[in-house]
Amino acid sequence: MVKITLNQNIIDVAPGTMILEAARQNGIDIPTLCFLEGKPPLGACRVCLVEIEGGKNLAAACSTPAQEGMIIHTNSKRVRDARKMVVEMLLSEHEGDCQYCDRSEDCELKKLAHDLGIREPHYEGERPRRLIDDSSPALIRDSGKCIKCRRCVTVCNEVQRVGALFPQNRGYDTVIGPAFALGLEDVPCVQCGQCAAVCPVGAIMERSHEDAVWAALEDPSKHVVVQTAPAIRAALGECFDFPAGTLVTGKMVTALRQMGFDAVFDTNFTADLTIMEEGTELLLRLKKVLVDKQPAALPQFSSCSPGWIKFTEHFYPEFLPNLSSCKSPQQMFGALAKTFYAQKKGIDPANIVVVSVMPCTAKKFEASRPEMNSSGFKDVDYVLTTRELGRMIQSAGIQFEELQEGTMDSPLGLSSGAADIFANSGGVMEAAIRTAYEIVTGRELPLENLHIQPLAGLNGIKEAALTLEKVLPEWSFLEGVELKVAVAHSLSNAAALLDRIKAGQAQYHFVEVMTCPGGCIGGGGQPRFTTDEKRRARIQAIYKEDEGKELRKSHENPDIKKLYEEFLNEGPCGHKSHKLLHTHYTDRSQQKDTE
Amino acid sequence: MRSNQEKTAAQPAQAAGCCCKGSTEDELMSRLDEIIDEYATIDGALVPVLQIAQNLFGYLPKTVLKHISKRLNIPYSQVSGVVSFYSFFSTTPQGKNVVRVCLGTACYVRGGKEVLSAMQKALGINVGETTEDRVFSLEVGRCFGACGLAPVVMINDNVHQRVKPTKIRELLSPYREAKEEGKEDKGC
Repeated sequence: MVKITLNQNIIDVAPGTMILEAARQNGIDIPTLCFLEGKPPLGACRVCLVEIEGGKNLAAACSTPAQEGMIIHTNSKRVRDARKMVVEMLLSEHEGDCQYCDRSEDCELKKLAHDLGIREPHYEGERPRRLIDDSSPALIRDSGKCIKCRRCVTVCNEVQRVGALFPQNRGYDTVIGPAFALGLEDVPCVQCGQCAAVCPVGAIMERSHEDAVWAALEDPSKHVVVQTAPAIRAALGECFDFPAGTLVTGKMVTALRQMGFDAVFDTNFTADLTIMEEGTELLLRLKKVLVDKQPAALPQFSSCSPGWIKFTEHFYPEFLPNLSSCKSPQQMFGALAKTFYAQKKGIDPANIVVVSVMPCTAKKFEASRPEMNSSGFKDVDYVLTTRELGRMIQSAGIQFEELQEGTMDSPLGLSSGAADIFANSGGVMEAAIRTAYEIVTGRELPLENLHIQPLAGLNGIKEAALTLEKVLPEWSFLEGVELKVAVAHSLSNAAALLDRIKAGQAQYHFVEVMTCPGGCIGGGGQPRFTTDEKRRARIQAIYKEDEGKELRKSHENPDIKKLYEEFLNEGPCGHKSHKLLHTHYTDRSQQKDTE
Repeated sequence: MRSNQEKTAAQPAQAAGCCCKGSTEDELMSRLDEIIDEYATIDGALVPVLQIAQNLFGYLPKTVLKHISKRLNIPYSQVSGVVSFYSFFSTTPQGKNVVRVCLGTACYVRGGKEVLSAMQKALGINVGETTEDRVFSLEVGRCFGACGLAPVVMINDNVHQRVKPTKIRELLSPYREAKEEGKEDKGC
């Protein structure tokens, strides 16, 4: 251990600990605008300056390791003045139209300027040219607000291995963005929005659908239905100062009803449906290989996460046949709302507006894919992020904390616990195995609480194997088969897994990939700022929701059974399913960047 | 001004702005591929590969940059970031003579900025542009390591010291004349 003196307190820290980390471990906060948990420090923003006795210059706490005998001051006048100057200089180049900025509530720069006692502009002068990139359906970038902290560069390159963003030019002329000022739409960006999730200011934001949704709600000729993804209920509360991991399912339903939605449904319903379709698809592929001795693309990859789909289309097109052809639950919901539900209610699907609330920005892109219209109409009309829904509830004057608990409407609102866990990494796989095991063996998955522990948690790549024994006669070809599965979250982990599969170093039957760290609960549209601690809290809430339900397995959902009896009567992966619930993918690897 | 890395490369030194006369685009690309093969496994291959590519093509066309990005498996945004960071790299076709006015600290305080505006006036172009007759390109340098001679202007490989804004025309005239004497390329 290394002994240091931090603001008069003598403390021991592990060798190699950075001063910032040492301070935070000991209850002292040092502000920073560029630091990202778990990533190598950049020292880019210069806000975390501290004074080390005997040192000539102030040091950046994020990137200076604590050394034996160091006497460190984190709050001396010299430190405060220096931090103030750094922030004043950032402000001098920052487009500070805070009252119009979506980030005015949680802008880290604004808060820091306030905390440091900056009350008037200090430096004024030339400003770099402001470039607004609104080329993509999901994200909008504003270089005028960018403070060049490079958090987005770190997540785009290191966490997601996408590489759409990088510092361009030099010095005063530096802008963060794609090559040669191209728009995000014109480069291989997967629209995951992790850049927007870590941005300390309003430089990267989701494209808002709030106004369009309000307009639809006002229009008496429209029947507006809403679906909420499983990850919303474990995070929306954070928009109203509930602690991370507070389940607000019931309040959320009531709020949506008060906002004027004609029916409040659940993406969970189509998550259960996804298990039926995707599970059947997997069993059909296995049958093709084991019984018909014909080739089939294995492992099968999950297809719920639109960032992952676009990533495969851009960077690993050779794996496109491995992607399940199932649409994501969001799109399945849209297709059913404008067919099954429209028929049941006798409403012209042209007058149905489907709004989804997603923890995700890539869902905005997914909804805009031209092929997502199998009902004859756009499956999903508008996509709101968790943050947008939070703002809308606020602007409607709804006192969220005071709301009574509501319940989802029928017939697209009932779901099993297996659907809830679609929100976190490992959940889709666990849900699939709960159902597949029972269908094939006739017995319930023999695990405590039905949880597959090796697939849970925040490890980047997780694996499990399960031998199928004493299977039912119709599945005899699976007797003794060891089902091998893997789970990855964050696209860098997905890429590492794909590389291993490609090199023949790993073999699986089924692989689940979620684009964002931790899964959808850590999505690019969730309330800021998502740390690992918050990820764990949200995951815990999701498991609680799952365990609290009587229905724990997708195939037991009575409304799903009814759907197959009444509407999709050829069963999972039947003709009608294929038309409405399945899709195809596009090789985007040769997509030319626009000059 | 040439870096050490460039000297180790198999390519002969060429004046900036000079394309390999007679080589087709495909031939240049396959030569570039050979170079990339040589560098592919080395960490930090990007800058030397870009330097060699610029020598081959005379500048760095976007098709070449995309090719390098793919072959070295480095995101295009990063390739573009590196190209736009270093003033030595150019993404537009260069003139026969590349004029680099140094705006490093020493040159700046000794009148580099005035030299630059005189140069812009004399050539009738802005920084990063090439004259219509393709004789001159104008760039800004960030220190050539000749601070004792400030302010400095480099034209091709020649360093001109203590340049006065009033003497720009005289400085340029030998390079203009070279053009009129004959259009032979050097060093290819």
